[in-house]
Amino acid sequence: MPRLVSHPDEVRITSRRFGLGATDIEKYIALDGYRAVRTAIEKGPEWIISEMKASGLRGRGGAGFPTGLKWSFVPKQSEKPKYVLVNGDESEPGTCKDHLIFLYDPHAVIEGTMIAGLAIGSKLGFIYLRGEYRYLLKIMEKAVADAYAKGFLGKNIFGSGIDFDVVTQTGAGAYEVGEESALMESLEGKRGVPRIKPPFPAVVGLYGGPTVINNAETIASVPHIMLMGGEAYAKIGTERNGGARLFGISGHVEKPGVYELPMGYNLKKAIYEVAGGIRGGKKLKAVVPGGSSTPVMTADEIDVGLDFDQMGKAGTMLGSGGIVVLDETVCIVEFALRTIQFYQHESCGWCIPCREGTDWLTKSIGRLHAGGAVDKDIDNIRYLAENMLGRTFCPLGDAAAMPTIGFVQKFRKEFEDHLNGKGCPYKHAREEEAALA
Amino acid sequence: MATEKNTIFSPELAARFDKLVTLYPVRRSALVPMLLYAQDEVGYISKAVIAEVAERLGLRENDVESVLSYYSMLRTKPAGKYNVQVCTNISCMLRDGYGILEHCKKRLGIGHKEVTPDGLFSLEEVECIGACCWAPAIQVNYDFYDELTPEKMDQVLDDYRAGRGKGTV
Repeated sequence: MPRLVSHPDEVRITSRRFGLGATDIEKYIALDGYRAVRTAIEKGPEWIISEMKASGLRGRGGAGFPTGLKWSFVPKQSEKPKYVLVNGDESEPGTCKDHLIFLYDPHAVIEGTMIAGLAIGSKLGFIYLRGEYRYLLKIMEKAVADAYAKGFLGKNIFGSGIDFDVVTQTGAGAYEVGEESALMESLEGKRGVPRIKPPFPAVVGLYGGPTVINNAETIASVPHIMLMGGEAYAKIGTERNGGARLFGISGHVEKPGVYELPMGYNLKKAIYEVAGGIRGGKKLKAVVPGGSSTPVMTADEIDVGLDFDQMGKAGTMLGSGGIVVLDETVCIVEFALRTIQFYQHESCGWCIPCREGTDWLTKSIGRLHAGGAVDKDIDNIRYLAENMLGRTFCPLGDAAAMPTIGFVQKFRKEFEDHLNGKGCPYKHAREEEAALA
Repeated sequence: MATEKNTIFSPELAARFDKLVTLYPVRRSALVPMLLYAQDEVGYISKAVIAEVAERLGLRENDVESVLSYYSMLRTKPAGKYNVQVCTNISCMLRDGYGILEHCKKRLGIGHKEVTPDGLFSLEEVECIGACCWAPAIQVNYDFYDELTPEKMDQVLDDYRAGRGKGTV
């Protein structure tokens, strides 16, 4: 069972019911559950969207698109049915926050889905969980069944005359399906390859109907915004970055865990105070700040606020909020290799720059790590990655290229130390240490 | 359409599939869950599974095969009764995920995607399973085990060997 952590600097909004038994529908109701959806019904779609816009909530999956704005793009009139699709395909390495939401607060996902449905005039919502999350799917399925049994889902919800249904769905192992258009393909029973945009899902989405697709954490934040008001939520964060979010701090820290911190919270403080600093008193080498696809930061670059805009200015991205911390013992080339191996494995093969690029990068970085590369290979790696950028249907190509460019740019010396038959200095040091012991 | 009489699945699973296909605007949306649930019962996606799933959804068998080959959890060969999936992605790698993988290889005497001769265990090195803050983590079938050490890993394997594993399906 995932261990829960806490820190006094946390602002617990989306995580406030964690560990309180809210999987039980009665307990959820006692903790203000299903109150937000009633308010939303009473006040109507325009009010919901204006509160969402005021909240400054930006997509928690990683792209950071303003949620209220996304909802407002859905046409009011549509011949085809409209849909809500919750993205719980959490697969970005370093990210495990939605895991806790499904585990501890499944009804918040249902309630948020209902409110999204009310906002856009949809009668059907899908909650898609990655296939590996079977035990969490069971929790979600029970929560949905309990909500139906209470009459909260189905026909005429809360006497409003509005019908709303929720269907849970499982994936079967595919990172790519976390991309919204591939997610729709998967839900339609196809290979999870991306669709070209435009048209955007808000206009032509699932089964050709207008569709709102939001990350599970985004959706689980919605009921809280309805209860506290958009403005109050916005005030917790920084300008244009409303609220708090679940940051997962993993890797070489003393107290890894998922912490809900206000947007704009200082990254250095998050690592050294909230997560207890570097494990074993070692020195920090690097931070991958928002899941494996975000460009790496060096130890002296981390005095920066964790919001979409400040991280962008710092030359990286806030991403999924998965902060991966690397101490001085890590070989950056080996880390870069493991990262690109992941993208090579997960590339769906639809777009050639991604399919071929991730494969060649894996080969090149692998050869370099083994000591079989020469000087110009370092520039070739970077050149290859740069030529993948923006040349694919979906962002997986960028997700593979961006961190690779970052590793070469920020840690070029480590790449050079591997050249001309030398191989990995860290591996040699470990072998020497083992031989002496 | 397959009926209860000619289905290869248990009556429970057949009934579940009958309901599943009605939940979506398009029957085909049930395809990925059906393949996974069929695999849970049969052990892998056999030719017979493909044929029946295709028939139930009104698809051609090669449509089903095309989808099947995309998803990493779906397999066309049997795995062990307990499929041990060790994550070695970045967060787990930093906390000795590879050490856990090597330990499992030694303990079980098998490598990546291999099955023990008694059919009890199979081993797989997998990509991120969403347990990064509790690394290193593994799954045995659908059950998570986290913050592992070689000793804790031994305990997990011993428990399964003795029939005391968790067993979410």
